[in-house]
Amino acid sequence: MRKRVIFNNKLLPYLLLTPQIAVTLIFFFWPAAQAIYYSTQLQDAFGLRTQFVWFENFEELFRDRNYLESVRVTLIFSVSVTVLSMVPALLLAVMADKQIRGATAYKTLIIWPYAVAPAVAAVLWLFIFHPSVGILGRLLLRLGVPWDYALNDGQAMLLVILAASWKQVSYNFLFFLAGLQSIPRSVIEAAAIDGATPTRRFWTIIFPLLSPTSFFLLVVNLVYAFFDTFGVIHALTRGGPGQATTTLIYRVFVDGRENNLLGPSSAQSVVLMIFVIALTMVQFRYIERRVHY
Amino acid sequence: MISRRTLIAGTAAAAGVVAAPWVARAQAQRVQVNFWHGLGQPLGGILEQVVAGFNGSQTQFQVNATFRGAYPETMQAAIAAFRAGNAPHIVQMFEVGTATMMAARTAIMPVHQLSTDTGVAIDPAAYLPGVRGYYSTSDGKLMSMPFNSSTTILYYNKEAFRKAGLNPDQAPATWAAVREATQRIKATNAAPIPYATGWPTWVHHENFSAIHNVPLATKANGMDGMDAELRINSPLHVRHTQMLVDMQREGLFRYGGRDGAGEAVFATGEAAIMTTSSGFRARALREVPGGAANVGFGYLPYHNDAIQSPLNSIIGGASLWVMQSPNRTRDEYRAVAEFFKYISQPQIDSKWSQDTGYVPITLAGAAQLRESGFWAQNPGSEIPTLQLQRGTATENSRGLRLGNMPQIRVVIQEELERALQGQQSAEQACNSTVTRGNEVLRAFERANR
Repeated sequence: MRKRVIFNNKLLPYLLLTPQIAVTLIFFFWPAAQAIYYSTQLQDAFGLRTQFVWFENFEELFRDRNYLESVRVTLIFSVSVTVLSMVPALLLAVMADKQIRGATAYKTLIIWPYAVAPAVAAVLWLFIFHPSVGILGRLLLRLGVPWDYALNDGQAMLLVILAASWKQVSYNFLFFLAGLQSIPRSVIEAAAIDGATPTRRFWTIIFPLLSPTSFFLLVVNLVYAFFDTFGVIHALTRGGPGQATTTLIYRVFVDGRENNLLGPSSAQSVVLMIFVIALTMVQFRYIERRVHY
Repeated sequence: MISRRTLIAGTAAAAGVVAAPWVARAQAQRVQVNFWHGLGQPLGGILEQVVAGFNGSQTQFQVNATFRGAYPETMQAAIAAFRAGNAPHIVQMFEVGTATMMAARTAIMPVHQLSTDTGVAIDPAAYLPGVRGYYSTSDGKLMSMPFNSSTTILYYNKEAFRKAGLNPDQAPATWAAVREATQRIKATNAAPIPYATGWPTWVHHENFSAIHNVPLATKANGMDGMDAELRINSPLHVRHTQMLVDMQREGLFRYGGRDGAGEAVFATGEAAIMTTSSGFRARALREVPGGAANVGFGYLPYHNDAIQSPLNSIIGGASLWVMQSPNRTRDEYRAVAEFFKYISQPQIDSKWSQDTGYVPITLAGAAQLRESGFWAQNPGSEIPTLQLQRGTATENSRGLRLGNMPQIRVVIQEELERALQGQQSAEQACNSTVTRGNEVLRAFERANR
């Protein structure tokens, strides 16, 4: 017979849940509700005059050619960041999981970048890639590559993708490593005894067993690319040249914080919120089915 | 990111109060005034010395100057504080925020009204016309207190000029001359970058329009009303943009990025010619290889077939705004007015200009600099002031007052970048700027009706 702990007090579970619910309500639902409210308002910078404008902020948004363009930019950016931060992380984790000398030192070094603040990370990248002060930037110019991300859409995009992915590799590495270590050794050893090559072992055993971790990271990384990357973009390119690196979240930041346009900025947040909710639902509905727990 | 910084600043401030209770007690007798500024080091330190000078000059009032991040962040902080009901008494606001502040009628206290209410005389006539005009209503009432001001001038690297066989003692005065010089520089390989610019919009649109006496926008560049429309797709604007595109294609011009980012290549000695803020002077003298002897100064170039004698350029920089807040006392306003009176004295003004490289903003301060021989001893330091006073100001050169101007600057830069990449023609860039810029202006007009 299993032992069971039974709480007779009906109130206690609710009491224990209260802190978590309070946090969720105050820090997630309240701001989201505020965003929806402000998306229907038109307000001056100081909040002295407020008009209710129904859905005009949304209408203006979808009339704006540049906004639709930034949807495209966001998709390229987010998919690239997710792939570029997950694939190297998996590779590094598989290698770090082997019996190698100094494994702890490698692990520490790989995890380090995660502690670097986004703006600082961006400055580091600047010192590498800036055409006149960056080491690699100067080298590229000397080699005859017309490197100038201030005036080349593709190069600017490449730079922000690299900078945004770099520190996320550490985070993914950590989770992949934990995932790898939780795969039972006996299964892998059995396959090895049966004569499976390391590649075959990886694709038929390790990768499927790692799928819950991969799926979790896929969701987390997409959300990171969508919401958490404006600091890097702000420090490196300010969304330029033109609007080549203006992602949806960067535009929310610029319109809300720099241009003092609370209404339009909130409308963009709401659109982004709906978009990410839909994306997450799709992920859970279709991709999760293929995940083995 | 920003909130974390605010938190750290707040913690530091709290620690300061705890660490020095006796200071707080001693200050309690004086009327306290909070002054938020956006000048980093070393300028912020010089500003705080000016404030310390005021605090030491009398015993009734105490101004507490605090650095709140760069101009845009200071603006955000002030707006957030106002919304929370505890705005600072004085906030330093960049010139492009003028229209936004002016439209916030009940959030601010106009300086002319402050002067009337407190009986402390602040005379607008004491200021250079170009400075005064920028911060006054169209009928000449001062809205904010003029403070740190600069304008755009030309810098050139004398060593590069010598190598190219150009006269190192003569700055190119016109755009034709600049173009010719850059061709020589490129042909002789005298410098990797013949020409670069800082502040693309301030130099090539705002000041460009002013000195050529063409409107940047209708309604006297917005001074006469919020319903102004941009006019920067005129034939002269298109032609100038085309010139930049051509020069860039020919390798004569390198676009170094938005705002002040382009300045770096002149400081490293890579660029031979640079147009940017007069406030860049100190950095140029310090950082350009070869030092002060290697840096030449000139007036902002003009197209001599478009105008014979160019007009005055316009200022940039910042002014001081008085903010309203619940529970503000008459004594506090009085303290603010006394502080303004103190900083507008000629000797304070001229010293500020000498120490920082900003232009003197009062006529008397400028006269002191000339008479004291400072200009004679520091070649080129007189150019910004003389350029600001050149000719007779028209409604195209008085300044500008466009709502959400920082946003318009971004639009101009974005469209210029697209033209420089060859994604659109110069004319398309100018037209597109006007269309998008007007949308910004209409949104501002609507929100502030």
